[in-house]
Amino acid sequence: MRLLIRPAQYAALAAYLLFLGFPLLWLISASVKSSAELNSLSVSLLPQQWHWENYSQALDRQGLVRSAWNSLVVALVSTALVILIALPASYVLARVKGKVRMAGVTWILVSQVFPVVLVVLPLFLVLRTFGLTDSLVGLVLVHTTYMLPFALWMLQGYVASVPVELEEAGSMDGASRFTVLRAIVFPLLTPGIVATAMFSFVASWNEFFFALVLLQSPENYTLPITLKMFIGGEGKVALGPLAAGAVLAAIPSIVFFTLLRRRLTSGLMAGAVKG
Amino acid sequence: MTTPMVRARRREVAALVMPSLIPILVLSIAPLVVGIALAFTDARLVRKPDYDVVGLDNFARLAGNSLFWDSLRIGLIWTVSVTLLQLVAAMGLALLLNSGLRLQGLTRVLALVPWAMPPVVVAIMWQMIYSANGGPLNAFLGGIGLPGDINWLGDFSTALPAVIVVGVWVGMPQTTITLLAGLQQIPADLHEAAAVDGAGAWRRFTAVTWPSLRPIVTSITSLNFIWNFNSFALVYVLTEGGPGGRTMVPVLFVYLEAFKNRNLGYAAAMGVVLVIVIVAVLALYLRAQFRHDRTEKAR
Repeated sequence: MRLLIRPAQYAALAAYLLFLGFPLLWLISASVKSSAELNSLSVSLLPQQWHWENYSQALDRQGLVRSAWNSLVVALVSTALVILIALPASYVLARVKGKVRMAGVTWILVSQVFPVVLVVLPLFLVLRTFGLTDSLVGLVLVHTTYMLPFALWMLQGYVASVPVELEEAGSMDGASRFTVLRAIVFPLLTPGIVATAMFSFVASWNEFFFALVLLQSPENYTLPITLKMFIGGEGKVALGPLAAGAVLAAIPSIVFFTLLRRRLTSGLMAGAVKG
Repeated sequence: MTTPMVRARRREVAALVMPSLIPILVLSIAPLVVGIALAFTDARLVRKPDYDVVGLDNFARLAGNSLFWDSLRIGLIWTVSVTLLQLVAAMGLALLLNSGLRLQGLTRVLALVPWAMPPVVVAIMWQMIYSANGGPLNAFLGGIGLPGDINWLGDFSTALPAVIVVGVWVGMPQTTITLLAGLQQIPADLHEAAAVDGAGAWRRFTAVTWPSLRPIVTSITSLNFIWNFNSFALVYVLTEGGPGGRTMVPVLFVYLEAFKNRNLGYAAAMGVVLVIVIVAVLALYLRAQFRHDRTEKAR
């Protein structure tokens, strides 16, 4: 009986790995199959021949490169804005106890509960008033606002781990609060800032709903919207290039998350336990 | 009693918080308030908005809209199934990973991938898996002698379960990693003591592991519930609510009402109902947990 436990455990683990990994393998494999093979009824995981031209075809589609560029710009600018805005506030959130912290934490939690679908209607009206629907500037503003709660939460966790004594030592030497922040606290937060920035980048890069609602002209589409429009194209889907485009779209997020995985675990833990 | 020092300190705090406060007020809190207000108007999504306050008319109309209630029912089935299955699957995987098997590193990396991928890519990938023409799932089922010609996402009876499986695939990893971190915080001697007392694996799980994990389970279940209820991209790309509305989760329903039918006020009323449902379900769940904790302590 006891001897059977390990093999059973490995069998279970194999089943999990298959469930998690197989769809990915299938996508990657589809991205290097010829269209003849994709449309045939013979099904095999490994392609009979490797066809890299799906990738060049995907990239040849004007829309894909353009929308990847849009996604990149939106994600980079919103990430920079999020960090710039959240950093000072996260310091207050971590250090100033009492009403300010209560209000901040309450808002962070509440912002997780509300269906964005309710917020998006008036948001659309607000942005339309300023002529910012169907514009990347509008999308940047929206992404920045919606990434703020999580960024604040992550960053304040990192601030809390910086010993207050270091700051006190700084102010004893006569430095002002802002000098202390710039010279002592923020440099110590660098790893946390990098992690938060990567997280924000991925959130913006993957974001679908706001982009779908706000953007109307194809030249403004972000990558997720363009990919969706490829499958929307009534039956005439070129599966190979679509799979290739999907693989390309997933690469940045996967790379970042793999790099982040340790930090993410501790960040999520902090959220789960204290949240 | 505001001394100059206190005032200076307040100014500092204000200066540090202001950059966050402005975007939050303008793009998050104000739309929220306006969104609730819209629910009481007959606003339409047109170039020149011109609308009247209609009081509770939208809600009265909504009460008779059986399609909306169907979508709410579908949304609750989707949310509860995905949340529960995520938890069960993630608990299994976390326990396996915590029992000292090899392949931990690989599993951990692989476990993060579904969560990191853009939902659109996830949906495209699973459309290929479920495909009725040359999809691997049907090929596998056919290979082992089961019917291998099911149109998973297009059939009335299989569409919702098929979409739920994708939801579990997406959400399981993060839950696994959180649970695993929780498992690793349980002191090993608790398990050893239980083992010395002759407790088997199941008994050790119910007596040691589960009680220690309960706070984490409560918070991730609440968060997963909210995220799953509000998730849009996955279902939208997989099925667009079809076939025949069988996967029309409420978020999608509201989106279509607002941006396809252009009934902004009516859609906002639906949004308000959704908020009430989420908050009610969460309150019931958290109250039950709280009661349970108290009786546990009293024992």
